[in-house]
Amino acid sequence: MSMIRCEKCNKYFGSLHVLQDVDLTVEQGEVVCVIGPSGAGKSTLLRSLNQLEPLYSGKILIDDELLLHCEKGVIVESASRRDRKRLLLEMGMVFQSFNLFPHKTALDNVMLAQQIVRGTNTETAREIAMNLLVKVGLEEKADSYPLRLSGGQQQRVAIARALAMQPRMMLFDEPTSALDPELVGDVLRVMKDLAHGGMTMLVVTHEMGFAREVASRVIFMADGCIAEDNTPAELFDHPQNPRTQQFLTSIL
Amino acid sequence: MRLTPACVVISKWGQKLDNLWAWIDGFADGGGEHAALFVELRKIIGWLPALIEASWITLALTVTSVVTALVFSVFLALGKIARVQSQRTKSIGQLVTRGITTAIRWISSGYVFFFRGTPLLMQLFFIYFTLPLINPVFNIKSRFAAAWIAFSLNIAAYLAEIIRAAIQSIPKGQLEAARAVGLSYMQSMRLIVLPQAYKRMIPPVCNEFIMVLKDSSLVSIIALTDLTYKTTMLASNKASSLVYLPAMAIYLVMTAFFTVIFNRAEKKLGGYE
Ligand SMILES: Nc1ncnc2c1ncn2[C@@H]1O[C@H](COP(=O)(O)OP(=O)(O)O)[C@@H](O)[C@H]1O
Ligand SMILES: [Mg+2]
Repeated sequence: MSMIRCEKCNKYFGSLHVLQDVDLTVEQGEVVCVIGPSGAGKSTLLRSLNQLEPLYSGKILIDDELLLHCEKGVIVESASRRDRKRLLLEMGMVFQSFNLFPHKTALDNVMLAQQIVRGTNTETAREIAMNLLVKVGLEEKADSYPLRLSGGQQQRVAIARALAMQPRMMLFDEPTSALDPELVGDVLRVMKDLAHGGMTMLVVTHEMGFAREVASRVIFMADGCIAEDNTPAELFDHPQNPRTQQFLTSIL
Repeated sequence: MRLTPACVVISKWGQKLDNLWAWIDGFADGGGEHAALFVELRKIIGWLPALIEASWITLALTVTSVVTALVFSVFLALGKIARVQSQRTKSIGQLVTRGITTAIRWISSGYVFFFRGTPLLMQLFFIYFTLPLINPVFNIKSRFAAAWIAFSLNIAAYLAEIIRAAIQSIPKGQLEAARAVGLSYMQSMRLIVLPQAYKRMIPPVCNEFIMVLKDSSLVSIIALTDLTYKTTMLASNKASSLVYLPAMAIYLVMTAFFTVIFNRAEKKLGGYE
């Protein structure tokens, strides 16, 4: 059963063709890492999946249900409004720049959407939030405001915030790229735990060690296309596409 | 028993004030070198009660107008930046929504354009003198109410721009993060974006408030007895322009008071930083 499926997805920024006929399937429980040079369209792919960016054309299916089908920038077919909301909530998103709500404590950041969107009562929401903060190792920071936390701590709160909506898949857009090197490990550890817990994950990352160790598949993206899609061992050790070879040499 | 100390304090102060009066009288009537100065000082103090009474009108007009305008301007600001968030579909319903949204945006922008682009004085004239001529229904008997309406409408246009700028200064990622956890556009605005924008609005709103406090002197043109009107009356009647000094001092005291209040509010709202 596939959790995420894009079919022939296209996206333009003005005349820039950012996604070019992208086909991508992520099966349940898979951890798919997306690598590639800056400007390849990795963020745009993730953002199009959860509707932060409108698609130009193509189909997106979540959990084997049609989320939407676009042609020429117009949605020609889509799930009902309620289903669309439900399907979008099945995807949690973690951003490169954390985007925590600075005027809310760590705990409130994790509680807020549960209460507003799901109508969960305060006690239950707090319990879920505290459990998640324990899971990311930050229970003692529950009452701290984000700006008083380190980048690594903020990102872990952001992961907890996304998990609080009980998504069935998580999208990560370079979750460690804005972090000081010594803080990257803590975030990656939380992500590894998630992956081992069976979470379906689509991860844009430059952490090749993480991709090699955790990913079930690695995708190399360049110029809006998926240039190569293979197991980590194959892709890292025997890249087929010359662009992949070039990219891997350049980062090593 | 408990009241006694208070009474004592008041009577003590009363005594001191009496002493002060006696002291000033002594100089003023004593015919000494600076007697003229003390005669003026005595006049100024004599004007104070009337000036303070009139300044309540100034204060009331400023506060009620700014508060009314604040509420109104949040909607104007949201109207100016209103966009249909979801992607274009073929449905008629969405077409209608898009039409309405565009209309709201145009109306809000047009409103701000008009009320910022024409003099407040003319708006006040128009509401107080012209509207009743067009239709007696619009005959606003109370000068204060007319001034309040004109000021609220005018200030709202300025505040709307302040609020819009503050909203747009909040990083886009905040709205995206809110949307990504399932909040609707209005929920994201209300719970995430606006609370952060409030703090950024305070310095420009304070600025606007102080401008209004002083611009409220325009109401003397419709003979509403505010501080400026009272001052000019006194100045012409008693043939002493010195009355402007205590009047300006009262404006300064009000300005200082509200500056302190706004500064406190800014600190309080920014507690998370
Ligand atoms: N909002 C936008 N408006 C215009 N161009 C954009 C926008 N976002 C991204 N782009 C462009 O689209 C291309 C792909 O961007 P992005 O998906 O962020 O790449 P990546 O995440 O792989 O580095 C880049 O050339 C970028 O400049
Ligand atoms: Mg990116």
